[in-house]
Amino acid sequence: MPARTSWIPYALIAPSVVFLGALFLVPLVQTIWLSFSAGDGFSLENYQRMAGDLNFSLAVRNTFLLTLVVVPLQVVLALAMATMVTKLDKGRDLVLWVLTIPLGISDLAAGLAWLALLQNTGYLNSALYALGLIQGPVGWLSQETPWALFFAIVLAELWRATAIVLVILIAGLQLIPKEFSEAAEIFGAKPWTRFMRITLPLLKPSLQSALILRTVLAFEVFAVVYALGGRNFPVLAGEAYVWQNDNQNYGVAAAYAVLIMAISLAATAVYLRVLRTRPEQLP
Amino acid sequence: MTIQAAEIPQTTKSRSMALPSARRLLLWTGLAVLLAWVLVPIYFVALGAFGGRLGVFRWPKTIWPADLSLAAMTQFLSIEGVFNALVNSLIAAGLTVLFSVLLGAPAGYALARYSFRGQNAYRLLVLLTRAFPLAILALPLTVSFIRLGLYDTPFGVSLIHTVLALPFAALVTQSLFMGIPREYEEAAWVFGCTRFQAFMKVVLPLALPGLAATAIFAFVISWNEVFAASILTVRERTLTAYLLRILAESPLHYRFAGGFILIIPSMLFIFAVRRYLFAVWGIASK
Repeated sequence: MPARTSWIPYALIAPSVVFLGALFLVPLVQTIWLSFSAGDGFSLENYQRMAGDLNFSLAVRNTFLLTLVVVPLQVVLALAMATMVTKLDKGRDLVLWVLTIPLGISDLAAGLAWLALLQNTGYLNSALYALGLIQGPVGWLSQETPWALFFAIVLAELWRATAIVLVILIAGLQLIPKEFSEAAEIFGAKPWTRFMRITLPLLKPSLQSALILRTVLAFEVFAVVYALGGRNFPVLAGEAYVWQNDNQNYGVAAAYAVLIMAISLAATAVYLRVLRTRPEQLP
Repeated sequence: MTIQAAEIPQTTKSRSMALPSARRLLLWTGLAVLLAWVLVPIYFVALGAFGGRLGVFRWPKTIWPADLSLAAMTQFLSIEGVFNALVNSLIAAGLTVLFSVLLGAPAGYALARYSFRGQNAYRLLVLLTRAFPLAILALPLTVSFIRLGLYDTPFGVSLIHTVLALPFAALVTQSLFMGIPREYEEAAWVFGCTRFQAFMKVVLPLALPGLAATAIFAFVISWNEVFAASILTVRERTLTAYLLRILAESPLHYRFAGGFILIIPSMLFIFAVRRYLFAVWGIASK
């Protein structure tokens, strides 16, 4: 039984409310305001400049393409990992530790790790050379090979951020009572049927939070892309960074920020609606 | 197919032990591939970090370590700005830990122990942060940070990193405190402790490991963050911001050395909190 209302809980949450107000809500409003103001008063000038920029449509296309390819692959890969790990009895902790290492790795470091593999005189080319597939160092990460670069970024993103999906899904799997699957097994359901008809539907809440988290992060993808391809592969957050730091144009940078936020919110709303779980469906 | 049919009676007895050797082999092969998939890039960036200039341009490469030396790493650390960036990263991450625990844990305690009006509004505020790309919010802060003298300081960076870590800390500590029976506290009150004393003497020691895990997550969040740190600093860069800035012009082996230094603490920290990982994320993702 929670204690009756007093001033104490308000005193306890007040500091964090003030903090989040000052550094989350205020900058949020500021960003929107900044993006709509140029010179004096309300204007769409920043948005026009953003949309008129050479890299804009490329950045939109690339960001969406990356998200649409990376996020579903991560969910599938994480599901496969999670099913494998739950079958283990010996060495489970060690395997889980290794699989979750990328969780703590910065996107910049992940990009650099894959750069070591994929650079001109890197390990991929050395392997291809040893197999006799190429004659000498080949560049994969330049503007001339956009699809190879895209593929490299997908690999690095899969490598880095699948761990977070894995952890959320395993935490979710632990909440599913074993009896359900066992009952289905007694009635003759094959492993695949059990997975599709029992595990997956009951995992929906975890899938939802994993998808929201990953999609929001995927739309602000930035450092991985920069570490591997520099500005050869424009993405939305990268353009925001360039407008802010190199061009010193805070208005256009804010317009990009608002665009990223709008896309993220829209994606979150879609997930909340499509993957909603009614209370009576929970075990 | 026949193998599967034969194995059904066994599996009902004990699921995990009964995997036949063929499927066991398949399982372990799959896992070996996955483990290699995680570890191999780290291994290669380590070779790059300690291989120096020669190692990076060696062609064709062998996957075995050849003439590694600490010289490449010490060279990197002695470049002007690198050590300073490392110190800034540590300061920013340390302050982030401090702020997110000091602000988040009381909120978590309030959510766990009291029911009060506005509770749901507060939860909504915390959850709302999840739908936004938070690092992007550093963009408008540049101007106000310059005005307040916070721009280009690790302190300023830690403030925005705390926005990233605080919601997480509040949610995790909430369930941490919910796991500690309130009867313990009430018993302490009966024996004459004030609420504060009861918290310090009874609840805190029990919550300490979980709080440590929360702190470590806050540290990792800050240590790894690139975008906001790069926007908010010019000279007093954090390590990630520094590396991002020099990406274009620095030689490859320096980049790998930087990447390696970024990875090491993360690996150790994930190892340290591995027991809490699933509990923590199970809670934080609700």
